[in-house]
Amino acid sequence: MAKRVLIADDEPNIVLSLEFLLVQAGYEVATAATGEATLDTARRIHPDLILLDVMLPRKNGFEVCQTVRADPQLSATKIVMLTAKGRSTEIAKGLALGADAYVTKPFGTRELVDTVRTLIGP
Amino acid sequence: MLQGWVIVLTSFAYLCLLFAIAFYGDRRADRGRSIIANPYIYSLSLAVYATAWTFYGSVGRAAADGIGFLPIYLGPTLMAVLWWMCLRKIIRISKVNRITSLADFVASRYGKSALLAGLVTVIAVLGILPYISLQLKAISNSFTILVQYPAIEMPDKQRSVAVLQDTAFYVAMILAGFTIAFGTRELDAAERHEGMVAAVAFESLVKLLAFVAVGAFVTFGMFDGLADLFTRARADPRIEPLMTPFDDFSNYASWTWLTVLSMLAIMFLPRQFQLAVIENVDEKHLRTAVWLFPLYMLAINVFVIPIAFGGLLSFPKGGVDADTFVLTLPMAEQHTALALLAFVGGLSAATGMVIVETIALSTMVCNDLVMPALLRSRRLRLNERQDLSSLLLDIRRWAIVVIIMLGYLYFRLAGEAYALVSIGLISFAAVAQFGPAILGGIYWKGGTRAGALAGLSAGFVIWAYTLLLPAFARSQWLPQSLLTEGPFGIALLKPLELFGLAGLDQITHAMIWSMLFNIGLYIGVSLTSRQSVVEHGQATLFVDVFTKTREPSSFWRGTASTRELRILVGRFLGPERAQEQFAALARERSLRSLEDLPGDAECVHFAERLLAGAVGASSARVLIASVVEEEPLGIEEVMNILDETSHVIAYSHQLEEKSRELEAATTGLRAANERLTELDRMKDDFISTVSHELRTPLTSIRALSEILHDNPDLDRAQRVRFLGIVIKESERLTRLINQVLDLAKIESGKAQWHNSELDLRDIIDDALAATRGLFEEKNVALATQLAADVPRLVGDRDRLMQVMLNLISNAVKFCAPDSGRVRVSMHRQGDCVQVDVGDNGIGISAENQRIVFEKFRQVGDTLTDRPQGTGLGLPICRQIINHFGGRLWVESRLGEGSTFSFTLPLDPRASDDKLAA
Repeated sequence: MAKRVLIADDEPNIVLSLEFLLVQAGYEVATAATGEATLDTARRIHPDLILLDVMLPRKNGFEVCQTVRADPQLSATKIVMLTAKGRSTEIAKGLALGADAYVTKPFGTRELVDTVRTLIGP
Repeated sequence: MLQGWVIVLTSFAYLCLLFAIAFYGDRRADRGRSIIANPYIYSLSLAVYATAWTFYGSVGRAAADGIGFLPIYLGPTLMAVLWWMCLRKIIRISKVNRITSLADFVASRYGKSALLAGLVTVIAVLGILPYISLQLKAISNSFTILVQYPAIEMPDKQRSVAVLQDTAFYVAMILAGFTIAFGTRELDAAERHEGMVAAVAFESLVKLLAFVAVGAFVTFGMFDGLADLFTRARADPRIEPLMTPFDDFSNYASWTWLTVLSMLAIMFLPRQFQLAVIENVDEKHLRTAVWLFPLYMLAINVFVIPIAFGGLLSFPKGGVDADTFVLTLPMAEQHTALALLAFVGGLSAATGMVIVETIALSTMVCNDLVMPALLRSRRLRLNERQDLSSLLLDIRRWAIVVIIMLGYLYFRLAGEAYALVSIGLISFAAVAQFGPAILGGIYWKGGTRAGALAGLSAGFVIWAYTLLLPAFARSQWLPQSLLTEGPFGIALLKPLELFGLAGLDQITHAMIWSMLFNIGLYIGVSLTSRQSVVEHGQATLFVDVFTKTREPSSFWRGTASTRELRILVGRFLGPERAQEQFAALARERSLRSLEDLPGDAECVHFAERLLAGAVGASSARVLIASVVEEEPLGIEEVMNILDETSHVIAYSHQLEEKSRELEAATTGLRAANERLTELDRMKDDFISTVSHELRTPLTSIRALSEILHDNPDLDRAQRVRFLGIVIKESERLTRLINQVLDLAKIESGKAQWHNSELDLRDIIDDALAATRGLFEEKNVALATQLAADVPRLVGDRDRLMQVMLNLISNAVKFCAPDSGRVRVSMHRQGDCVQVDVGDNGIGISAENQRIVFEKFRQVGDTLTDRPQGTGLGLPICRQIINHFGGRLWVESRLGEGSTFSFTLPLDPRASDDKLAA
C-alpha cells in the first residue's frame, strides 16, 4: 500500500507543486490549508508524514506539530516543517518541538522528495 | 714641553666649546627646532654615567683586581634590558604628572609629601658629595701630573697646600661658574635644558674618543697587539693572579652586590634621572638607548685591561698610581698630543658629570628644600610676589656653588683616603637607597608615605654609619678607635662589622644592612600604616599610568563634596545614572554605601571621566573645577598655575549657564535615541517579513520550474497551467519588490515629489477611467458625487493618482460580483477637501481597522478569500497622504462594507510647511 502524505500550506500554488511531486513519487496525498484542518485530516487519515508550513492561519505550524506529537494515535507520523523564514532560531524551535526535518523555502524539488523518502521510504 | 698655560688654555677652550654647543642647542630649542629630539643624542647623553671614575678609576681597579671593575658596567647593561618596561614607566609617570626631579618624583608618589621631598634631597646631596669630590680630585690630580711633563711624579699626598694654592679649589670654582652658565641662564618650567643635553652628548663622544685613542696607542703602539700584551702580562708574577677572577666566595658576593648597586645607580643617580627622564623628549628614544648605551659601555671598557696591564708592565717599580695610567702612559712614551687628549678626555668626563649632577641637585635643593621654607615664612610674603623667577635662579646659583664647594670640602676632608672607585661606590650606595621607594612606588599601590619615610631614613642612616663615617675616620678626622673597637667600645656597633657581620668588603657589608632595613621598613611600615586619600589617588595614578590613559592636564589635586559631584554629573547623565555610577565606584572601593565615598582625587577623576563622555574632556575639566576645592597650592603652582586657575574659575560661571542648556539638549537626545532603537527593532521585523514575502512566490516559481524542467513529457494543459502560475508569481514578486522599494524611498525621504497645482476632480476621473475594466469584469456598479466648489490644491499628480487607484481597486476587489456597489465622493470640509471611497463588500472588523494600514498585514482569512496583493498598498497610500499634511482612515462594519476616506489641506501654505518639514 502506498504511504500517505498530508500537505499543509496556505499558498495554493505551493500546495499544487508539492502535490504533483509527491504523487509522481508514488505517495498518496491529502492537503490542508489551515492548522485546524491539518489536525482534523491527520486524525482521520493517519498519514505517514505531514509536510507542515509554519505560517498557517488558525493554529500555526508549531502548534500543530506540538499537538500531533502529544497525540499517541499519531505517534508514528513523521513531520517535516516548511518555512520561508530561515532563521536558525526557528529551525531550532521546530526541531525542539519534535519535527523530524526542516526544509526552508524556496526548496529544491529533488531534495524535498529525498527528505520524504529518507523518512518514510518509497 | 707642555707649559701650564697650554693645559689651562686647552681646558678653557674645551669648556667654551661645550658652552657654545649648549648655547646653540638652547637657541634651536627656543625656535622649536630641537637638536636633541634624536634617539642617538639621547643615548649618548646617558653616557654621562661614565665619569672621571670610569676614565681613570677603572684602570686603577683593573690593575688592583683584574676584571673587578666590570660589575659597574655590567649592572647598567642588565638594567638597559629592563628599561623599556621600567624606565619607560617612570618617564610616562613624570610626563603625566609634570615631575621636575628625583625628589619631586618620590614626593609626588607618596601624596606630595614635602617632608619626603626634603629627605630625598638631603640624601641625594650628601650621597653625591663624595662623587663630586672624586671628579675634582681627578681633574686636579691629572692637571698636577700633566704639568710636570715630561717627568712623571705623583701629587704630594701630604695636605700642606693652602686652599688658595690648591688646584682642586680653582677647578671647583671654574666648574661652578660653568654650571651656573649652563643650567641657570633662564628658568624652564619643565626643568629641561636642551643645550646642556647636547653638550653632554658631545662630551660623551670626546671621552670615548680619548680613551680609545690611549687604549689603541698602548695596545698597538707600545706593545705588539693584544696577544703580545697578554703574553707578557702572564709572564709577570704580579699580573698573572689578576687573570683569575674568582678565588673565593666573598668575590661572588661582592660581584653580585656591585652589579645590583650599579643597576640602581643607573636609574637613580640624580644626573641619570635628569637626563633619562626629565630631559627625555620622546619615550621611543629608549628603543635606541636600550642597545646603544650598552654598546657605549662596552666600547669604553674594551681597553681597560690592556691599559692596566700595559701600565703595570711599563712601571715595574711601582710608584705610579694605577688610577693615572691613562695619562701617565702617553707621558712616559713622550707622546705630548695624546697626553693632552687623555687629559681633555678626563676633564670632559668629570665636567659632564659635575655639571649635570649639580644642576639636578640644585633644582631639588631649590624646589624641595629652600622654596618650601621661604614660602612658608610669612614675613617674606613670597606668595604675594608677582615674579619669583629671578629669586629662583639666584637660589639655584647659590645651591650650585654650595654643592660644589661641599664636594671640595669632602675632597679636603676625606678625598685622599680612598681610590677613585671606592669614593664613587659610596655615592652609588647612597642613591641605591631610593630603589625600594621608587620601584615599590611604581609597581605596588600599597606603599605608603610612612613606609617610604621609614625605609629611606633607615637606609640613609646605615649608609652614613657604615660608609661615610669610616671615610672620615680613615682621614683622621674621627678617632680610628671608632672603627677598630666600635663606638663607646661596643663591638657589635663597629661601623665596618655591624652586628658582627664580618668578612665582607665594605660596600657589600653596607649594602646588605642598608637594603635589609630599607626594604624591610618600607614594606613593613607600608603594610601597617594607612594611605591618605591624596596618597591613594597618587598611588593609583603612578602604578596604573599605562592602563589609565589620561591627559596630563586633567590631573587634579583637589577635593570636592561627593554630593556636589553627583549633582553635577546627574545634570548630564540623569540623576539615576549618576547615582548608579557612583554606587558602583563605592562598591569597587569596598565601601558600605554611597555616603561613605570620599570626595578625593579618584572620585573627582571618576566624575570628570563620566562628564567627559558627555561633554568632551576640556569642558568636563572646567565643570569639575566649579565644584572642586583645590588644595592649598604647591610651590610650582604658585609660580605657574595661579594664573591659569583664575581663568578657569571665571570661565566656569559661563559654563554653568551652558551646562543647563546642554542638559535640556541631552534629554531631547535621549528621547530621540529611544525612538531610534524602537525604529531599529521595527526595521529588523520588516526585513524578516519582506524576506518571507519574497520567498513565498519564489518557492512556487522554483518548484514549478523544476517540475517543468524534470518532466519534459508533461501534457500540454498541465504545462500551460504551471507556466501560467510561474508568470503570475513572477509578476507578484516584481510588484512586491517595486512596492517595497517605493515605500522605503518615501519613508527615508528620498522619494521625488513633483508638485504642481492640480484639480483633484481630474485625478479621480482619470483613476475611474483606468479602473473601468475592473468594474466591468466583476459587474460592480459605480456612483460618483464630486462637489463643484472644491478649489485647486498643490500636490504630486502621480502620487495622488496612485492613492486613488489603490483605494478604488481595493473597493472593487472586496465587493461581491454582480451585486457590488462602489461610491466615490468628494466635498469640501472646512479648509480641507475630503474624498471617500465606499463599497458594500465584506467589511473590516473593528480590531482589524488599524491593522490594514500596517505593512504586510492583509486582513482576510482563509485561502478562499485571501486577498490578492502585497499588503503594502494601504501603508504606501497613508504615507503619501501624510506627506501632504492630510489624513487617511477607514470606517467599516463587518459584512456591511467599508469606506476609506482621506483629507488634503487646501491652504497651499500649510502643505508647503509640511513639505519644508
